[in-house]
Formats: sequence, structure tokens, C-alpha cells
Amino acid sequence: MSYTFSAKDYLRDIPFPFCAGCGGATVATSFLRAIHELGYRDLQGFVFCSGIGCSSWIPSPHFQADSIHTTHGRSIPVATGVKLMRPDLKVVVFGGDGDIVGIGLSHLIHAVRRNLDATVIMVNNMIYGMTGGQVAATTPLETKTTTTPYGGFERPLDTVRLVISAGARYAARWTTAHPSQLKEAIKKALTTKGFSFVEAVSQCPTAYGRRAGFKNAGEMLRWLKKQSIAIAEAEKLPEKELEDKIVVGEFIAKTLPTLTEKIQAVLRKAKKHG
Amino acid sequence: MHKHLSSGIYFMQGSEALAEAAIIAGCRFFAGYPITPASEIAEHLAKRLPQVGRIMIQMEDEIASIASVIGASWAGAKAMTATSGPGFSLMQENIGYAFMTETPCVIVDVQRAGPSTGQATKCGQGDVMQARWGTHGDYAAIVLSPNSVQEMFNLTVRAFNIAEKYRTPVILLADEIVAHMREPIFVPPLEKMEILNRRKPKSGNESFFGSEEVPPMPSLGEGYNVTVTGSTHNMFGIRFTADPEVHRTLVGRLVNKIRNNVELLMDFEAYNVNECEVGFISYGCTSRAVYEVVEIAQNNRLNVGFVRLKTVWPFPDKIVQTMAQRAKTIIVPEMNLQQIFFEVQRAVNGAAEVVPLNKIGGGEMFTPEELYSEIEGSV
Repeated sequence: MSYTFSAKDYLRDIPFPFCAGCGGATVATSFLRAIHELGYRDLQGFVFCSGIGCSSWIPSPHFQADSIHTTHGRSIPVATGVKLMRPDLKVVVFGGDGDIVGIGLSHLIHAVRRNLDATVIMVNNMIYGMTGGQVAATTPLETKTTTTPYGGFERPLDTVRLVISAGARYAARWTTAHPSQLKEAIKKALTTKGFSFVEAVSQCPTAYGRRAGFKNAGEMLRWLKKQSIAIAEAEKLPEKELEDKIVVGEFIAKTLPTLTEKIQAVLRKAKKHG
Repeated sequence: MHKHLSSGIYFMQGSEALAEAAIIAGCRFFAGYPITPASEIAEHLAKRLPQVGRIMIQMEDEIASIASVIGASWAGAKAMTATSGPGFSLMQENIGYAFMTETPCVIVDVQRAGPSTGQATKCGQGDVMQARWGTHGDYAAIVLSPNSVQEMFNLTVRAFNIAEKYRTPVILLADEIVAHMREPIFVPPLEKMEILNRRKPKSGNESFFGSEEVPPMPSLGEGYNVTVTGSTHNMFGIRFTADPEVHRTLVGRLVNKIRNNVELLMDFEAYNVNECEVGFISYGCTSRAVYEVVEIAQNNRLNVGFVRLKTVWPFPDKIVQTMAQRAKTIIVPEMNLQQIFFEVQRAVNGAAEVVPLNKIGGGEMFTPEELYSEIEGSV
């Protein structure tokens, strides 16, 4: 690129509201770097949909762009309405694990099934951070949270495997300890035709780290890196050994017709029969 | 088939008339989830909207339906969803969101007998208060109530017009009987119909969420960098979640843009209101029996009148108060266990005796005889 990257080129002059050490800013920067490297000098032509939760504040109102900050968990169906009426716009959903695989899980699976042409970026901090640290569908087993004071007793969800089995065209998982790989994954997701999904496992020192016994954000980042294991390596290991691991890398499936293409075909058919 | 129904007389089901009216009103997006007795609307639009190059999609639930309608509306489209009581309950959070973000859209509730699954295929009028107070927080609702197939057509066009004019969700509160009955309707020529569209920004320097009673509405992808949020926001759409004044200004304006326009939103049919000794206040399918009982009563030289609400919310206090000046008794028949009755009682404020008349179960409408015996008891 002949021009240098500055996140400010894409942001409103409103400071991010994140706690010290939050992974949200890392994800925002990785995303904007990806945008920059793809050659976009501004965010015109993009629509950002997000729900409720800390990471939903990444685009709204900070990105200099069109954004819809929806009700909790409903960013994906709002994005579906936007994309169906304006297929020319690039639709990106930002959300936390609470939004995307807690309250809004069924919308995620259906968007994948429909092959909605959109990118969903899930910032997985493994906790309900904004509400003060309650257990999430992604919290590792045995973790102490405000609603599991004796340790969590439910298995966390593997969202990347879920969306792949539902038919996602592209899915990747990295952590905030891998900002460069995360950026590359976002670039691939944004250039994928059809549904693409990027999970960024992120540190929440305030609501997760504190109770889980981490001293600070740095320690959490080192832990994220240490727990990460590449897909190829993970495939060689028995499931038991992967229980506390974060499997990182990308999953790519073959290209199928998108929701936009399918619905345009319906309109052509209806016109003929009508 | 033509792009939309040409002018003429048609024999139609209420749901079909509603769907065809939506097409004429300019609805470009419909999303819904199957539910009795509203499914016919989705089925008709699934066939018809693609024929005119527009979008119909069946979503995974009612929450997704209203959410995608909101997305479509911000993408510049007139958009609608249709459901019944249980689905209407699921939509309530996002109806509040549409109100807060000033998103024009039409939500059809074809009422059935609740609560819960109740008698899912039978008529009821139990959602009147849900339509007014269903979402959380401070808000004002606009709710229209058709009583015939013709009105399913007319009020659908009106619902879209109000939604666009005031940038707010509008509820079309139908019921199983008006949605399923078949009657002849007249479709006027398009040039004789009023079709309103949302006001668009001119320069882009305007605020999209304040300063005017109804601010202009940009669409996504027009270069305005519009920020839509259900959190309390200033006139430029920027979130302000602690400032008391920003909240008072925003929510105050949103409620007042409806309260201050009650006269324009009010819509009712009135008969012998100034003179009657016994008056009926009714809405939806129940009002059809009132027509007949008024005729019977007059033949028997009883002095009877009625008000039939076409706009249920905001409630038209004035016409009800006019009736109460002379009438001794005001009878409020409803297919629920008292809802609008309380609103009539509030408006009348002791000036006349307000008598509730309630019938639920099996989707049975009031018979004119049942209403007549109530008049006899009153005079």
C-alpha cells in the first residue's frame, strides 16, 4: 500500500469505551488494518450491524460508516433485511459470544443455512462482560463466574465447528494474541462470497480474568497463546486432550449460491409465471 | 397478473385484501413466520411480491421477522410483517426498538383467542392492550382496527402512510374473523389514492434523530454515515446513556409526535352520537353485530347510537365524551374480558354509565340478540 495505515481515518472522534486491557481494541484494529490492506480508504459501501455487548460498540458509533446497533442478539436478522434490500452493500456483523451464540444462536445457524452474503465477526471473551461477568455458552468448564461461583458445569460451544457443519463458506478462529493472523482471516472473510465467520477469542481482564485468577491482561494474552493449537495439530490429538485448548486456523468449504443469488432467481421465476 | 391490482370490484379474503393493499402502498419487503390465523398474508405475499420484483422471506421466528423488517426499512424499503398474538408477543422488544429508532414499518396482528396457545384457530380481541403497552419503557402506539375486507385494504394503505409520515411502527390490529371472511371490495384507481413516502434528507447536514418533530430519514448506503441505535441518542444518533436531558428530549419528542397529532390520527365511524340514549363503543369484528342491533333498536323506537373505532390507539377521547354528554348508558362489547372498556370508563369519567359486555371462547361473535338484550336492560 502506498499510503500508511491510520485507524483514525476510519473512526469518529469518540473514544472507545473499553476497559484497560480489553481485547476489543485489538479486534477493531485488526479489522481496520484488514480494510486498509484490501484497499478501502474509507468505509463507504459497508453497513455494520451489531447487537448488545461490549464488542457491539466496536462499529457503533465509532466507525465512520452506516451502522445499526440492534437489540440483543438480533444483529444477524437485521443484517439479513439490509442485505436483501441492498445487495450492493457489504454487510458486516460485529458481536460478542453472548449476542451471537447465546441469545442469538438460532439466527447465526439460519444465516449460515441461507448463505447470507455477510461477514460475522464474533469477539469471544468467554463471558458476559458488560453485565459484570456471568457464565456464557463459551465459558470453559470449571471457570468461576458470578453465576457459577463453584465453577462452570456446562461444556462450552465450539462455534467454528458449528458454522462449518451448518455449511459456512469460510470460518476461522484466532485470538487477540494473534492479531496478524486475525487480520488475514478478516481479509479472507471479507472477500469470500457468501457467509463468512471469524471468531476472535479475546481477553476480558475485568469480568473474566479477575475471577479466573489472572493478574492482568498480559497474562491472559500469554495464556490465550499457550492454549492455542493449530487445526492440523489438533486433528492428530484425541478429543480429551483438546478440552482446554483453543483450536485456531481456518476452515474453507466450497462455494455455493448465495442468498442474494437464490432470491434473484426466485424473482426471475415469479416474473415468468406471474 | 398486473403489477398491482387495477381499479375495480373484487371478491376477496381479508388477508388477501391486506396483502394486495400492501403492494399498492409500496411495500417492498415482507418477512414472517407461520402462525394461524395470519399465515394467509405471508402465503399470498410469497406468491405476489416476487411477481412485482419485491422480497418475501420466511424467517426462523417472529423476532427475526421484525428484525429483518427493521433492517429492510433502513435499507430504504417500506416493510411489513404479520403474525398473531404469540408471535406479536415475541416481536414486542423490537417494536420498541423501531419506535426508539424511528423506523417506519407495519406490524399486522391477526388476533386469536389467547392467552398462550389458547384457541389458536378461533377469533379473539385480547391483544388491544398488548398493542398499546406491549413493549417496555415509555412510548406511544398507533393501532388501527379494520372491521371488513374493504377496511383490511383501506387501513393497510393508511398504516403504511402513517408509518412513513411519522417514522414510527404502526400496528394493524385485525382479528381472525376479518382476516378470514370474504367480501366484495372496491379498489380505487391508484391516482385517487394517497400514498405517502418518508421524507428524505436534502443536504445531509440535517439531524436524523431530532430537532424536528419528525426528522428526515436517510437510508443506508447513501453516504450519510447514519448511526442507528436503540440506546438513548442525541439528534445525530450518537449514544448518550447517562445524560438525563438527552433521554428526556428524545423520548419526550417520540411520544409527543404521536400525542400532538391525535386529531390527525383519530379515525372512527359515528352514528347518532349527539342524540342517543344508549351508545355502543366497539371495534373490529364485534362492530359488525352493532350495526345490526342499532337497526333493530331503531325499528323498536329505541334511541341508540354508536362509535366504531378505526384508530384504537391513540384513543379518541373526544368523540366518546361527546356521546357521554347525552347518553345514559355506553355499552362496550369486546371479545375479551374487558380491555377498551377501561379506556372508555376513563374518558367518560362518570358522565354516563359504562357497561362492559364480554364474550370469549370458541371464536363466537356477539349476536345482535345478545347486544339487544343489553339495551333492553339499560332503558
